[in-house]
Amino acid sequence: MISLIRSIWLTFLHLFHKKETIQYPEEKVQLKPRYRGRIVLTRDPDGGERCVGCYLCAAACPVDCIALQATENEEGRRYPEFFRINFSRCIFCGFCEEACPTYAIQLIPDFEMAEYVRQNLVYEKEDLLINSQGKYPGYNYYKVAGLDAGVKGKGEGENEEPPIDRHSLLP
Amino acid sequence: MATLYVDNRIYEVTEGKNLLETCLSLGFDLPYFCWHPAMGSVGACRQCAIKIFKDESDTTGRLVMSCMEPVGKETRISVNHPDAEKFRKQIIEWLMTNHPHDCAVCDEGGSCHLQDMTVMTGHNYRRFEYPKRTYLNQYLGPLINHEMNRCIQCYRCVRFYKDYAGGKDLDVYAAHNHVYFGREKDGILESEFSGNLAEVCPTGVFTDKTLKQHYSRKWDFTFAPSVCQHCSLGCNIIAGERYGELRQITSRYNGDVNGYFICDRGRFGYEVANSPKRLLQPQLKNDNTSFGQEFIINDISELIATSNCIGIGSPRASNESNFALQQLVGKENFFAGLSKQEYQLNQTALKLLQSGVAEISSLKQIEQYDAIVTLGEDLTNTAPMAALAVRQAVRKEPVENAQQTINLASWHDAALREFVQHEHGALFIFHPHATKLDEIATKVTYATPEEIASEGFRIARNIESSADSDPIAAALLKAERPLIIVGTSLFNEDLLNAAGALAHSLQKKGKTPGIFIIQAECNSMGLAMMNTPSVEDAFYKFENNILIVLENDLYRKFPAQQVDELLNKCKQIITFDHIKTHTNEKAGIVVPVGIFSEADGTLINNEGRAQRFFQVFIPQNEWLKESWRWLYTLKALKESTAIDENLSLGTVQQDLIEALPQFKGIEQTAPDEDFRLNGQKIPRSPHRYSGRTAIQANINVSEPKPLEDNDSPMSFTMEGFRGIPPSSATPFFWSPGWNSVQSINKFQIEVGGPLHDGNPGVRLIKPAFTSEFKLSSNKTSLKANEWLAVPIYHIFGSEELSAEADSIQELTPAPYIALNQSSIDKLGIKENEVITIELNKETYQLPVKFRPEITDKIALIPYGLTAMGYIALPGIISIK
Repeated sequence: MISLIRSIWLTFLHLFHKKETIQYPEEKVQLKPRYRGRIVLTRDPDGGERCVGCYLCAAACPVDCIALQATENEEGRRYPEFFRINFSRCIFCGFCEEACPTYAIQLIPDFEMAEYVRQNLVYEKEDLLINSQGKYPGYNYYKVAGLDAGVKGKGEGENEEPPIDRHSLLP
Repeated sequence: MATLYVDNRIYEVTEGKNLLETCLSLGFDLPYFCWHPAMGSVGACRQCAIKIFKDESDTTGRLVMSCMEPVGKETRISVNHPDAEKFRKQIIEWLMTNHPHDCAVCDEGGSCHLQDMTVMTGHNYRRFEYPKRTYLNQYLGPLINHEMNRCIQCYRCVRFYKDYAGGKDLDVYAAHNHVYFGREKDGILESEFSGNLAEVCPTGVFTDKTLKQHYSRKWDFTFAPSVCQHCSLGCNIIAGERYGELRQITSRYNGDVNGYFICDRGRFGYEVANSPKRLLQPQLKNDNTSFGQEFIINDISELIATSNCIGIGSPRASNESNFALQQLVGKENFFAGLSKQEYQLNQTALKLLQSGVAEISSLKQIEQYDAIVTLGEDLTNTAPMAALAVRQAVRKEPVENAQQTINLASWHDAALREFVQHEHGALFIFHPHATKLDEIATKVTYATPEEIASEGFRIARNIESSADSDPIAAALLKAERPLIIVGTSLFNEDLLNAAGALAHSLQKKGKTPGIFIIQAECNSMGLAMMNTPSVEDAFYKFENNILIVLENDLYRKFPAQQVDELLNKCKQIITFDHIKTHTNEKAGIVVPVGIFSEADGTLINNEGRAQRFFQVFIPQNEWLKESWRWLYTLKALKESTAIDENLSLGTVQQDLIEALPQFKGIEQTAPDEDFRLNGQKIPRSPHRYSGRTAIQANINVSEPKPLEDNDSPMSFTMEGFRGIPPSSATPFFWSPGWNSVQSINKFQIEVGGPLHDGNPGVRLIKPAFTSEFKLSSNKTSLKANEWLAVPIYHIFGSEELSAEADSIQELTPAPYIALNQSSIDKLGIKENEVITIELNKETYQLPVKFRPEITDKIALIPYGLTAMGYIALPGIISIK
């Protein structure tokens, strides 16, 4: 009897608490910036694709839902020819983002991906690539990598000496 | 045997080997860079440091480079001593100070020795804050990509390219911490073994350029053990597929055949599988509109049930396919798709191997012979890996001398090369023109094939009479193990007889000579062993009959006009092939079949070794099945018996052995399809294979069931047994912590030795009887304006399949005719001038090239070039 009255009393007190329920979808959910939601491919500060097709995200993926093919442009810059994520398999673990050496693949605070047809959960590169640097602004992999892929010449990168003269024997 | 104490545990090991290879053989993970099992030690990288102790009471010890330290009677070492570990960590930190931040875009990543060793030593953070050294790259041709920034100065590339493979154009330039590995200036690498740089280089300085066009990481491939189809040596290869496309060939270690390396034709010739020349759909000639593509097999079966068929087998088809065709058309109607001359040569070669006059040498055994005679074979271009083996063989004698005089172990590479300098063992070369091996030969003789044969007979006679006046006879008699290398490339049977006579004479003198016979194509020996007559004997039978041609282009074997006439006589022509050929254009019905990566089968190499190649993947295109599968289906339809839906290679092999008992042993080339390890299949893909649930998601989001393999104990997925599989069914080399090709160590009984459970392959030829060889050769006489046209081979272009590969087409020479100075003077022509020649009543127009070394009456004409078409070689030409 006492416990019943106690429960009614506690429920009554909740009338004066802050409300957790929101009127979704009219009212949007506030998500933290590090929320692991929809996966996107970002661009570097110069607007180029960040993804270099290194396959590390695909290797890290525990459900093997990422498939891509790397290709190169005339200048030797690697980019994905296709990039496919099967979101019907994705578990949003974020391993791909951790594995990515170029900050290309990022999980963003967005979960509104529901579909009536499962096939529509297969995202191709044009669905994934966004026109933004995402969470990590300012990073351009090709500026710190050693090779010349049309972004900077040999020895012009950050922390690089000019190319050596292979005809020189001087110290 | 010696006792080795490793961290106070006792091991029994072989004395005299170096500590690094001993530790690796014992299963220790010891990092190294400059040492290579095939190339020995130089002690350049300082990475393999360990602690060695004087005796039991010594607790301090001293640091040594394990690759430079021999195993003594009793050696005490510590691999994991803190001092050694610290030293190794420091070394790799120094090596990495200039290594670029490239792994994501580096083709080596995932199969990189530097990555493995860095992880193994525990180095993970660059403390060095100063700028990184950079280099400009070079263009090295269509096969190899150069990215010099990644270099760690281990010197393996130049040691392989210059010292091991005898290349001239790759070297080290500049000095101190600026050394540069490359060519003097941009240009195509000249060595036939340049592709091995991609495997030898522990980082990504040299990588496979053809792989770059469809790049995949090692962990993403589906691999299968395969056998190279581009010459008769049968080097073992690993073929890798991704997204339904053959993408990479790497060498597969076989201690009896190719060892660690393969040639560039074998490595890059695979592109034919993806070339526009591939046959992918059945083709029907216009007058065959009654055939529907989908019912084509039924229609063919009806056709062949009603009339007589003639089957033409092929030296580039597997034994099973040739046999299946023989079964379909009947033994009396099956013919080898060779000219009479080629047929005769192959039979003589087979008889010579069977004769027992000489030990049959395997490719790797060539390295053990101390005197070699080659009679009319340009090894570098007809069997490149044999040339590489000969280069090692000529070092045997001086190296043994060095071991005796200064007591230097055979793995002390730099010291030995310093001591040996340019000395080499006995190598005598007889050939119509200069070859790349001439530079290491004791004596080179340029002569016509007939003259070479008579020289061979003369030496044989001199050996029998122990004539000291003949230096070659004397050298062969002096040698402990003489080897005779001969081949069919000059189309001269007397050369084979001369080799037989030479071996026979040596045998009479109490020697055990070796013999190594190069043949034309990957299964020439298999076809010879079937002992079916040449198709030339069946030309009269073509009229109003149905002709079934299996993986063969008759236009490469006979004059075009003759083939045209013959094919026009046939009632119907049905071909089974994987590439488009002239014969296919003529055929009424063309059935596409799987190329080696899409098929199972066995090939028999030049020494009579049967080797199994496994299907890498099942193509989406349902036509691309093995020829033998189509032919068995046809046979069932023809005989109105049930089609065996689960027909396996094993069944075909059983039928083959029953019908042709000389092939007994072929079933032992690989474990049968029911073989399981712990109840599991052997996975074709590495365990980190990615994208399973996304690869086909664009077609259908529900993943299909993995495809089954009826023919082998291997699965097409990553699931299955994780340990070391049988050597013949090892799809790839990988071991925990060893992602690169260097993981082969873990698959060998001891470093550089045979694989666990033996090297793959079964030799089917057993020497049976001794035969006498005729001791004289024919002589052709030439008129004033006549020359003897002799074929000259090119590694890139002379072989039918690899010639269709993109990168190899870039390296294929244009047709030409080569003459010497006096011939050019006599004709009053200039170099590069186009001249008209007449051969067999056909005229050809060819530009002239100058070859100073050839004799007066010889003209060299490239063999097998696609641009050239068929030329009856050798033959007598007249020049206008």
